[in-house]
Amino acid sequence: MNVGPHYTLYHPRWYRRRVSVWWWLQKRSYTGFVLRELTSVFVAFFAVVYLWQLRALAQGPDAYAQFLARLKTPLFLTLDTVAFLFVLFHAITWFNLTPKAMVVRARGKRVPDRVIIGSNYAAWLVVSVAVAVVLLRG
Amino acid sequence: MERITPLLWLLFSAGGTVAALFLPVHLFLTGLAFPLGWLEAPSYESVLHLMARPPVRLYLFVIIALPLFHWAHRFRYTLYDGLQLKHLTMLIAVLCYGAAVLGTIVTAYLLWTMP
Amino acid sequence: MASTIALTVARYRPEREAAPIFQTYDIPFRKDWVVLDGLNHIKDTQDGSLSFRWSCRMGVCGSCGMKVNGTPKLTCATFLSDYLPGPVRVEPLDYFPVVRDLVVDLSDFMRKLRQVKPWIIREEESPADGEYLQTPEQLDTYKQFSMCINCMLCYSACPIYGLEPSFIGPAVIALAQRYNMDSRDQGAAERHKILSEHDGIWQCTFVGECTKVCPKHVDPAGAIQQYKLTSATRWVKSLLLPWSAR
Repeated sequence: MNVGPHYTLYHPRWYRRRVSVWWWLQKRSYTGFVLRELTSVFVAFFAVVYLWQLRALAQGPDAYAQFLARLKTPLFLTLDTVAFLFVLFHAITWFNLTPKAMVVRARGKRVPDRVIIGSNYAAWLVVSVAVAVVLLRG
Repeated sequence: MERITPLLWLLFSAGGTVAALFLPVHLFLTGLAFPLGWLEAPSYESVLHLMARPPVRLYLFVIIALPLFHWAHRFRYTLYDGLQLKHLTMLIAVLCYGAAVLGTIVTAYLLWTMP
Repeated sequence: MASTIALTVARYRPEREAAPIFQTYDIPFRKDWVVLDGLNHIKDTQDGSLSFRWSCRMGVCGSCGMKVNGTPKLTCATFLSDYLPGPVRVEPLDYFPVVRDLVVDLSDFMRKLRQVKPWIIREEESPADGEYLQTPEQLDTYKQFSMCINCMLCYSACPIYGLEPSFIGPAVIALAQRYNMDSRDQGAAERHKILSEHDGIWQCTFVGECTKVCPKHVDPAGAIQQYKLTSATRWVKSLLLPWSAR
């Protein structure tokens, strides 16, 4: 095999900036995004609390009363308030973003985003009222 | 892992929708309104009475298990991107989805064996 | 009205510097000038060594993308008057290697674009009677995604692309969708292979910054989420109906 002279292509030294681990603090929209993603932690918190409540329920009226008493402590009230706010933030961002993923076409035209968002909020209202009625009527 | 990504995303989406629709009212009532006495909490007997019906148990299963999968998928990506833990990607995935699966099994067990 | 405005421009000359530095130039302020006009003024009258890309100067070629005060913008569409009293910071697009001054290397994007086959794929070439027919409704399904001018602002805004350079990226997925949704195209299955890899659509966590900075309102974030749903539906179908070819 004929191996001719080997030329190295001239390549200028490109500058590559490393992305900082604090990238999400550098822009307001990035921080908002990370907060939105962190709502999942509070979604999981809810699941754990409800699991705990189910377990207390299964163990009898005393265990259940003890659990309810625990929910009244300042620690849990604070945690629950924070969790509620984060879950609310999740719900609002979720509903506002659904039309991006689901394009509904009716009669050849795309259904406007606000109609889909509006239906989401309407469903939310109906569901919340229904759950509240069931839990309050006992 | 790659082949089940669509399934994981579907679980994430379903969990996110369930969480968005049902969790706010539940958290508000159980975490704030009842403990603070704004509204009267249902008694132990009435809760048990409610839970005697299978549709209620199924409902509870859905609102606990699906949000767990929503958390697993989202949190996995948050750790991976936010903390740049690329080298731990398999470990993170196993821990997150594993926790969700565990939670689902515990929920199913509790709801099945409850009196 | 001000008579001058300062432009603080990132300079990087690999033969001179190890990392980019900033150089400030005072240019005349004209209320109808855009940042690109300012850069051209600097190059013509103050510092001929300043390097940057531009072409059409009217927002259709996608060449002049740069960061202006931290936000990716087309410099031919960004008015100096919006940044009074200044100074205006001009830097090269993020997440691409800087070749010189404001010029970045785009070969990564070019390679990824080719992978997704952004052209009409047909089993047989031309139809029997010589032309494809398409109704306005059919055009409407993909028209938005066809507006992409490959300006790369979306890549510069996407933190996932910054953290994971192997991510295929917003514009490429939007362009793939433009062809997937085109009624004349039959190549969705071929594109699906590349899009459904881990570095395809599944890296995206719907930050949404790409759609925010897009100058042509392509909405790449929407394209990606729609394709996630398409891919997931396809997956379910393949599970339930394995005999269907698609």
